[in-house]
Amino acid sequence: MAVKKFVVGNFDDEAVLFPAVKKVRRAGYKIHDVFTPFPIHGLDHAMGLRDTSLHTAGFIYGITGTATAVGFITWALTVDWQINFGGKPFFSLPAWIPVTFELTVLFAAVGMVLTFCYLCQLAPFVKKDHFNPRSTDDTFVMALECTDKTSEAEAMSFLETVGAKEVKIEYKETEWWIGRYDKDVKLFHKEN
Amino acid sequence: MSIRENFEVPKRYNTIAIALMAVGILAIAGLWVTSGSSSDPHKSARFWASLLQNSVFFLLVVNASMFFICATTLAWGGWQMAFRRVPEAISAVVPVIGVIAGAILLSIAFGGNHTIYHWTDTEHVAHDPILTHKKGFLNTTFFAVATVLTIVLWSLLGWKMRQLSRSLDTKPLETIAERKKYVWNNTVWAAMFIIVFSLTVMSSIPWLWLMSIDAHWYSTMYSWYTFASTFVSGMALIALFVVFLKNNGYLEYTNNEHLHDIGKFMFAFSVFWTYLWFSQFMLIWYANIPEETVYFQPRAHGVYKGIFWLMFIINFIAPLLILMTRDAKRNYGTITFMAIMIIFGHWLDFYQMVFPSVMKDSTGATHVPNILYDMGVALGFVGLIMFVTGRALTKAPLLAKNHPFVKESLIHHT
Repeated sequence: MAVKKFVVGNFDDEAVLFPAVKKVRRAGYKIHDVFTPFPIHGLDHAMGLRDTSLHTAGFIYGITGTATAVGFITWALTVDWQINFGGKPFFSLPAWIPVTFELTVLFAAVGMVLTFCYLCQLAPFVKKDHFNPRSTDDTFVMALECTDKTSEAEAMSFLETVGAKEVKIEYKETEWWIGRYDKDVKLFHKEN
Repeated sequence: MSIRENFEVPKRYNTIAIALMAVGILAIAGLWVTSGSSSDPHKSARFWASLLQNSVFFLLVVNASMFFICATTLAWGGWQMAFRRVPEAISAVVPVIGVIAGAILLSIAFGGNHTIYHWTDTEHVAHDPILTHKKGFLNTTFFAVATVLTIVLWSLLGWKMRQLSRSLDTKPLETIAERKKYVWNNTVWAAMFIIVFSLTVMSSIPWLWLMSIDAHWYSTMYSWYTFASTFVSGMALIALFVVFLKNNGYLEYTNNEHLHDIGKFMFAFSVFWTYLWFSQFMLIWYANIPEETVYFQPRAHGVYKGIFWLMFIINFIAPLLILMTRDAKRNYGTITFMAIMIIFGHWLDFYQMVFPSVMKDSTGATHVPNILYDMGVALGFVGLIMFVTGRALTKAPLLAKNHPFVKESLIHHT
């Protein structure tokens, strides 16, 4: 749990936001995060985020599923409880492929969903600050983290020059917590 | 550097294409001398089987390009516009190989040698209750009409789609109404091609041309499986030409994003092919009925075992593991390597569809022929595809810059 100080710029157009992200990075500010109402192609590259490793995790889960299915069926049908199906050999791989395939998909899918939730810190009752509730509607929010070397006034005026409609200094919780938004966070319309 | 709109065929390219065609003709001549001219019908069938396998395979592969164009057109896709002229040029080979394949198919059906299509032997059919029941479908008249009609329709509808695309180069569309009309027009013609395609490649034609070699045996998966085989090879062929043109400084607007999507098609349809291949195999393996397993006996367990499992490794395991990552699909080297592997793998797939049923001697034993001859014939067809596609590429600018969807392709991002 750490409350930090942020300079928050609110943009109303992704065509302005995109070059702004590049300029802010070039100027050397530390972007905490950018919140947008919809996914923007290429924004992750502009922000300098590394590629996700979710697909590697998915591959590992899939292989685990394959190994589980083949391993278990092999053990069950050749060692533990041999059954003669129409004179076929006990180890008859073709018959097991559908189950193996399904288990591969199941492991990969469930594993990736859980990993995705973990990486994004999503879970029931878990709350995170996203600076401006309107970032789920029509506002693009860029939060710059203030370090002890950051001059807030300079950062605010810089955000305005790159096209932010509204710039604020806010103290926000950076981690997740379990609670209720309506008690912990003042909603936008109540601020006005 | 200015944009190089029009492809100019490099001299070496044509030399290689003509050399490959010469290899093909030499291979055909060699086959004719060693087996085709023989009076033993079992021996001369080997010659015709080679021509049948190669011409049908490459005809279906180049026709898959037109399927790709029509499917993306019907889906109102825009991403393929940057390189759409490449599949268009490849599909221009359809009439050429169509004539060759048609001539070969009709020669086999009417040539009097019943080893490949033994349902053409009317005397034999009269004593064979299974073939008598299939007479409505498996008879030479229907075969000839269906073959000619199919090849003519593919060629004509493909020609119409190319015409529609090229008509824009001289006459840009000024108003929104004109563009809407153009897109609609394209959609209607693409839909007609897809209907013809689904009634031929996806259902009846592989039964008629390939499955009827084993006239007693049948599989309802067969056509889909053949379609998947040729479509993934068709995507590999498009990828090869795109990489070739990029390496020669053409197709400025086609970038890694487009290559990535072609790679996804190669990957996804390799898996799709495996799904169909396995679905066909497993049901027959599980039911274990002799009249069905007779198809897989020489292939999976007999002398064609090596080709059968090699093909499975090339067509499934290699694409699955090599093309899985994003970087692999964006790498010219990997894509080129895998495209060649996939085309070769599916050529082997067709090889084991045709030959095990044809290469039977009078005692009923199955043989593997010298595959080098067939590879030579395949090289001849590759040379033909190179030559005709190269010529077709020069006929129109490489970017259909007046198409309403072209911007979508230029800013494409995966």
